[in-house]
Amino acid sequence: MSTTPGIDIRESYESKFGFHDKDQFVFKSRRGLDREIVEQISKMKGEPQWMTDYRLKAYEIFEKKPTPTWGGDVSQIDFQNIYYYVKPTAEETKSWEDVPADMKRTFDRLGIPEAEQKFLSGVGAQYDSEVVYHKIQEKLEKQGVIFLSCDHGLAQHEELFKQYFGTVIPSSDNKFAALNSAVWSGGSFIYVPKGVHVDVPLQAYFRINTKDMGQFERTLIIVDEGAYVHYVEGCTAPTYSSDSLHSAVVEIIVKPNARCRYTTIQNWSNNVFNLVTKRAVAYRDATMEWVDGNLGSKLTMKYPSVYMMEPGAHGEILSIAFAGKGQHQDAGGKVVHLAPNTSSKIVSKSISKDGGRAGYRGLVKVVKGAENCRSTVNCDALILDEASRSDTYPYMEIEEDKVTIGHEATVSKIGDEQLFYLTSRGINKDEAAAMIVSGFIEPIVKELPMEYAVEMNRLIQLQMEGSVG
Amino acid sequence: MSKPAELIVKDLHVAVEGKEILKGLNLEVRKGEVHALMGPNGSGKSTFANTLMGHPKYDVTAGEILFKGSSVLEMETDERARAGLFMAFQYPVAIPGLTMANFLRSALNARLAAAAGATNGDGAMPRNKGIAPKEFRELLKKNMGLLKMDESFAGRYLNDGFSGGEKKRAEILQMAVLKPEIAIMDETDSGLDIDALRIVAEGVNALSGPELGVLVITHYQRILNYIKPHKVHVMVDGRITLSGGPEIALQLEERGYDWVRDAKEVSTS
Repeated sequence: MSTTPGIDIRESYESKFGFHDKDQFVFKSRRGLDREIVEQISKMKGEPQWMTDYRLKAYEIFEKKPTPTWGGDVSQIDFQNIYYYVKPTAEETKSWEDVPADMKRTFDRLGIPEAEQKFLSGVGAQYDSEVVYHKIQEKLEKQGVIFLSCDHGLAQHEELFKQYFGTVIPSSDNKFAALNSAVWSGGSFIYVPKGVHVDVPLQAYFRINTKDMGQFERTLIIVDEGAYVHYVEGCTAPTYSSDSLHSAVVEIIVKPNARCRYTTIQNWSNNVFNLVTKRAVAYRDATMEWVDGNLGSKLTMKYPSVYMMEPGAHGEILSIAFAGKGQHQDAGGKVVHLAPNTSSKIVSKSISKDGGRAGYRGLVKVVKGAENCRSTVNCDALILDEASRSDTYPYMEIEEDKVTIGHEATVSKIGDEQLFYLTSRGINKDEAAAMIVSGFIEPIVKELPMEYAVEMNRLIQLQMEGSVG
Repeated sequence: MSKPAELIVKDLHVAVEGKEILKGLNLEVRKGEVHALMGPNGSGKSTFANTLMGHPKYDVTAGEILFKGSSVLEMETDERARAGLFMAFQYPVAIPGLTMANFLRSALNARLAAAAGATNGDGAMPRNKGIAPKEFRELLKKNMGLLKMDESFAGRYLNDGFSGGEKKRAEILQMAVLKPEIAIMDETDSGLDIDALRIVAEGVNALSGPELGVLVITHYQRILNYIKPHKVHVMVDGRITLSGGPEIALQLEERGYDWVRDAKEVSTS
């Protein structure tokens, strides 16, 4: 494990991730939300009428739906004080050279080009609301893989897009899904044709840059029969004094015998409300895996879900939540068994410190007739001090008798004996505590691509600086 | 007059939760020596080992512990370790998810940085690049070979799911890699089958030499069949009541501890 200099996390966050370039945009909607702004967004994007209508319908639903009162406290979000659409100067480009210098500097500091040199094949880096840099390896294009921003997916593959858009998560699903459906912008559109195995992870790096700007990216992934793709999303945002809202919708369709893995490492600054709806449907013998790492943000409410539609489908959700001072991570997952002989696994690891609150909220549902389903849920919580809190809300709706369901939950604290043992080998207390925390999440971190695993451990180390007295 | 001993314990009194356990313990251990500290259960042997290493539960109420001429009482546990003190635990704790290799490399780097005098002055762990990964792998492999440990050990999580014997071997491996100047083996023979005991003893023997002083703290005389101490001390009720050569251990085996309880403190050093 590498060592990091002893710096204050907030200070380092400011310098490492909290930098922000001068706002630079060609169009910015006024603050707040009404029908006119929704229409304006659609018009700016030159969308077909059906999408404009879809957005307006979603806006109505958003208006009608009450703000959820369970989970975290979202009452502080002032929906009328948010910019819903910002179009940056640069048009989407495929060449690194075309990216404007100050944006490029931002990417440089995030290590994007370096990462690309290593093994990226396609990079979709979201800069504010538009994908300005989007590159796909020629090989992928030859294979017929589509990897575009969601906007361009709509523009260039309208029929395919229309066939699946909104089918997994309808606008009416929840208030924030409705909001996203009304004002969505950016995100990724991926189609992997039958039998195609995409052997390198497709990556997008998301970033919020304009003060008070909501980010509502929309991602739609279709993995056709027998195909495979691993999509990686990493998030970091600058620190601002007023609250930002991030509300994404991710829809995934995994066709028979196909497999999809979706990995997120999210490290929003501590003022961001992160309210995301992620759902996948898996058909016969298909596998869907969510790997979800949640650090940062003020409040995260995120429960990636897998609906197993046909026999043999398998769903997996691996979730890490780390809540520090003033943070609330309400994370978990949902698995819904709608067919016999389906299986699922949820592994959740939550860590809370400095008064932070992290928890697991999950659902295992088996409908009547879905015989011989298997599901295991493991949720482990690590609480680092007396001021911090962990919650576990495991919901079970089992309507079928012939099933095997397992649930295990543990809550632990970093033991004095563990710290004594590690320090007795010359390791200082902070690093020892970081090692224990890293070990705690290791079963999930080892599933991450190498550089994300390194980043994750580094983030944990930063979070743990000065945490043990 | 020879150089003072590396480890000097003077009139050490230690309390746990207000109860006095050590009541004036005196001991000196030099590099190059192997000492055995024996005594019945409850005599304070483990308290002594943990106090040497600075376990927060143990309060030193009087006396002094000098390591290489400096008091360790104000030093944190990790500082003591970096200075060259080591304790092999009776019950090593498991750290799930932390591989033996990653753990040992971090520990070695901390120790090397301190040995190089690269402290940053505020008592925090020195930062430097440390041993190169390749060099470390070779070092680990060599030491695991010495202890007849399978190479897969390096990738296993620290003490997680280890058998009693494996835990003890892991302790010796750490000692081999970290090269302490004074090592305290806390009841090293408990939970060992005889083969594992022999391997551990062989490990200790292989490691002992002019640069290492060893204090084996044990209840049983068995381990002395494999490790030959220069000196044997008998501890009863928080004090060393008898010190002498290896023959004392044999007497203990024959006669038990009772005869020592009443014996006057004898010093043969």
